[in-house]
Amino acid sequence: MTALEPTPAAPVLPDPGADAPPSAARPSRLRHLAAVLVPPLLVLAVVVVAWYVVSLVVLDEREAFLLPPPHELWTDAFADPEIRADILDALWVTTQTALIGLAISVAIGLVLAVAMARAKWVERSLYPYAVFLQCVPILAIVPLIGFWFGYEMFARVLVCVIISLFPLIINPLQGLLGADRGLHDLFTLSHASTWTRLVKLQLPAALPDIFVGLQIAAGLSVVGATVGDLFFGRGAIGLGLLIQRYSSRLQSAELLATVLVACLLGLVVFWFFGALGRQVVGRWSTAWGAS
Amino acid sequence: MPATTATTVDETKAPYLLDFRGVGRRFGGTEALAPCDLTVRRGEMVSLIGPSGCGKSTLLRLSSRLDQPSSGEIDFRTDSVGYVFQDATLMPWRSVRRNVALLAELAGTSRAATTEAVDAALATVGLTDFADHLPRQLSGGMKMRASLARSLVLRPEVFLFDEPFGALDEITRGRLNLVLMDLFLEHRFAGLFVTHSVEEAVFLSTRVLVMSARPGRIVEEIEVPFAFPRSLDLRYTPAFAELAGRVAKALEAAS
Ligand SMILES: Nc1ncnc2c1ncn2[C@@H]1O[C@H](COP(=O)(O)OP(=O)(O)O)[C@@H](O)[C@H]1O
Ligand SMILES: [Mg+2]
Repeated sequence: MTALEPTPAAPVLPDPGADAPPSAARPSRLRHLAAVLVPPLLVLAVVVVAWYVVSLVVLDEREAFLLPPPHELWTDAFADPEIRADILDALWVTTQTALIGLAISVAIGLVLAVAMARAKWVERSLYPYAVFLQCVPILAIVPLIGFWFGYEMFARVLVCVIISLFPLIINPLQGLLGADRGLHDLFTLSHASTWTRLVKLQLPAALPDIFVGLQIAAGLSVVGATVGDLFFGRGAIGLGLLIQRYSSRLQSAELLATVLVACLLGLVVFWFFGALGRQVVGRWSTAWGAS
Repeated sequence: MPATTATTVDETKAPYLLDFRGVGRRFGGTEALAPCDLTVRRGEMVSLIGPSGCGKSTLLRLSSRLDQPSSGEIDFRTDSVGYVFQDATLMPWRSVRRNVALLAELAGTSRAATTEAVDAALATVGLTDFADHLPRQLSGGMKMRASLARSLVLRPEVFLFDEPFGALDEITRGRLNLVLMDLFLEHRFAGLFVTHSVEEAVFLSTRVLVMSARPGRIVEEIEVPFAFPRSLDLRYTPAFAELAGRVAKALEAAS
C-alpha cells in the first residue's frame, strides 16, 4: 500500500457527515447520489486521461514498461486467470490478517480506554506509551518483530495491532471522558455504581468516538497487514509480498493491479466502518450525520 | 404527606427538610459561599437570586450532597432530591420516554411502576405525544419539559432548580413557569429555585433570597404573600410590581 512513511494516525475526525444518507429534506435520493458520485468520478476521469497521456505520449518505447496504460491492468492482470487467482488469494490473506489485527486492537484499546477513563493514574501511566506507539516507525520495527516472532500470522497480526491501536485507545478515551457533567451528577445523586455509570452513560456517550477510532484503525490495519508481509518476505503470500514479487520481476501491470487492490481494500474497510457507524449512532450523533 | 388545602402555605408549621447552620464553602483560596443559615420547609418555594458567581449553584450542590460544606453543617431530613440544571442534560441516544425513565431505572424501580410514573410525568409536562422522539427533535422548551419530567418521576421531596429556564425565550419561560407552579401545587415539595430573573423569582416563589457578590451571602429575605395558584396576569398588578421593585433594588445593592 501507499504508506512508506510513518503513519499519520492522529485521531482526526473524518467527516462522516459528508456522505451521510439523505434526510427527508433532500430533494431526491437520485439527485443526492449524483451529487455524491459525480465529482469523484470526474476526478477519476482526469486521472485516467493523464495516465494515458503519460504512458502513451510522454514515455518513449524503452520507458513504457514503467507505466503501462490503464487498460493493460485489465488485459495483463485482472483478465489473466492465474494472476487474478494470485491477487485474490493474497487479498484474502491480507484481509484476514487485517481483520484479526483490528479485532485484537479493538479489544485491547477499549479495555485500556476504560481503565484510563476510570483511574487518572492509569491514564498518566499509559498515555506516554500510547503516544509512543503512535510514533513507532513501523518500518523500523517490522524486521525486529520478524526476528523475534517469526514470519507467520502472529507476527503479521502484531504489526497490525501496533499500527492500529492508538486511535482505538485515544478516541474511545475521549468519548468516555466526554460524557455530560450534568448526567454524571444525576448518576451520583442516584448512587449509581461505577459499572452502571460505565454501561448506561459513558459507553453510549463514547460510541460516536469509538466508531471514529474504528474507522481510522481499520484503514491502518490494512496498511499494517500489507507492510508486514512485504517486509517479512516469507510465509503466506499477502498483497505486500505479491507487490514485492511483481516489483522485482518488473511486471508493472501486475504490480499496479495489486497496488490498486490494496488501496481498494483500505477504502472498503474505511467505508464499511463508516456505514456501520452511521447505522448505529447516525440517528442521534451529530458527528455521524444526525441533523 | 397530605397537601395543605389552604392556598397559602403556613411555613411555620410545616416540617423543615433542609437546615443550613453556618454553612460555608471555600474552593482553595476563594470563598464561594460565606457561612449562611437557611431553613427550607415542605411547601415552600424559595428563589435564590444574585449576581453571577455568587455561589448559587454551590448552594444547590450542597443541598443535594453533590458537594460538602467546608464549614458548618446541613441537617438533611430527606434523601429524596430532584435536580434540574440549566441545560436539559438529556441523553441524546435515548428517546424522551427512556430519558424520563432514567432516574427510576437507576433507583431500581420496577418496570411496571416506572412505565406508569413516566406516562404520568409526560402527561403532566405535556410531552405525551413526543414520548418516542429523540431529544434532538425537540425545541429547547420541550427539552426542558422532558428534564422536569425526568426529575418528577421519583416525586422528590426537595426539588432543586438551577436556572432551568435561563436559556429559553420569554413566552416559553412563562409557560414553563405555569407548568412548574402546577407541579409545586400538586406535589408540595420544598423547592430551591435559582434564577436571574426578578420577575420569575417573585412569580414562582413563597420567599426570595437575595445574595451578594463573592463571597456569596444571603443579604435579604423577602416574603412573597400572593396566594396560589397564581396566573401570569399577576405579573402586571401594582402589588407585584412593588415587590419586584424591592427585590430588584436589593439585588442592585448586593451586586
Ligand atoms: N468546583 C469548583 N472549584 C473551584 N471553584 C469553584 C468550583 N465551583 C464553583 N467555584 C467558584 O465558586 C464561585 C461560585 O460559583 P457558583 O456557585 O457556580 O456561582 P453562581 O451559580 O452563583 O453563578 C465562583 O467564583 C466559582 O468560580
Ligand atoms: Mg450557577
